[in-house]
Amino acid sequence: MGDDGRGPAFGAVVYLGGLVFGVGLAVSGMAKPEVVLDFLQLEDLGLLFVMGGAAAVAGTAVFLATRSGRRAPLTGRAYGRRLKSMDRNVLLGGAVFGVGWGISGICPGAAYASVGIGNLPVLWAVAGMFLGAYAQGYVRSRLAGA
Amino acid sequence: MSGAATPLLLGASEFFPRGVLPYLLGGVLIGVGTAAIYLGTGIHAGASTFLESTLSYVSDVPRFRRYTGSRRWRLLFTAGIVSGAAVYALLTQSAPWTTDVQWWRLLGGGLLVGVGTRLGKGCTSGHGICGVGSLSETSLANVATFLAVAIGTAQLVAALGVSP
Repeated sequence: MGDDGRGPAFGAVVYLGGLVFGVGLAVSGMAKPEVVLDFLQLEDLGLLFVMGGAAAVAGTAVFLATRSGRRAPLTGRAYGRRLKSMDRNVLLGGAVFGVGWGISGICPGAAYASVGIGNLPVLWAVAGMFLGAYAQGYVRSRLAGA
Repeated sequence: MSGAATPLLLGASEFFPRGVLPYLLGGVLIGVGTAAIYLGTGIHAGASTFLESTLSYVSDVPRFRRYTGSRRWRLLFTAGIVSGAAVYALLTQSAPWTTDVQWWRLLGGGLLVGVGTRLGKGCTSGHGICGVGSLSETSLANVATFLAVAIGTAQLVAALGVSP
């Protein structure tokens, strides 16, 4: 269960990695929309250290792994950088996300963590995210099929 | 307190009223979780694809079918996030913490987050951590866009007197 056919060690690493990720979101305050909104209103710039710290650690892992010449032990996948192709949707989507983040103080990972710290009103945001993801999937599938 | 250090400290507390350490510690933990999954599996784990991959369980919309191969581990990753935050809450909070931000802000903002992160190929974790960590120009452009727009939006919302 939960391993996509790749064995229990794969599932365990994904779950435990997510667990540490969730602790980090809670410790950093990002699970609280108020803290994020204080950052976006430039009243508390601490969130720069959350993003900077996380990207520095992850970036170090990517730098070392891609140069190791090895493959990931649990999947046999080659280590690569996360590179997505650039197009108009990247900027348009970023802008739409920015408006939503600025209104609510909520982003996906932080919303899941917020559920974990007992913040039940955040389920409004989770419902909104699923509705939004469904709407864009529906429209894009219709456009692709047209 | 006196001497040359005073203006510096005043300046620091002005921009960092909650201090810096919890933010840095939280960020490092987020990075360690991301790095552990990446080093073990080669996967860049982002949090927003979970929305589309989970919809593939209940929807026949073709767009979501592309995520059926990853939907189980994404569910597990998200369960990890929820339980990690819950462990922290159980150890440090005496009661559940709830937000005062109004429900319509959460719902409406969440809706736009759902559209925007999926249209833009990632969120604060996919682009902001894995993408920036990979020095991806696409991710850097996405992060610069959402940060600038979010700061402008939050300022506007506050200027309109909406609080909390």
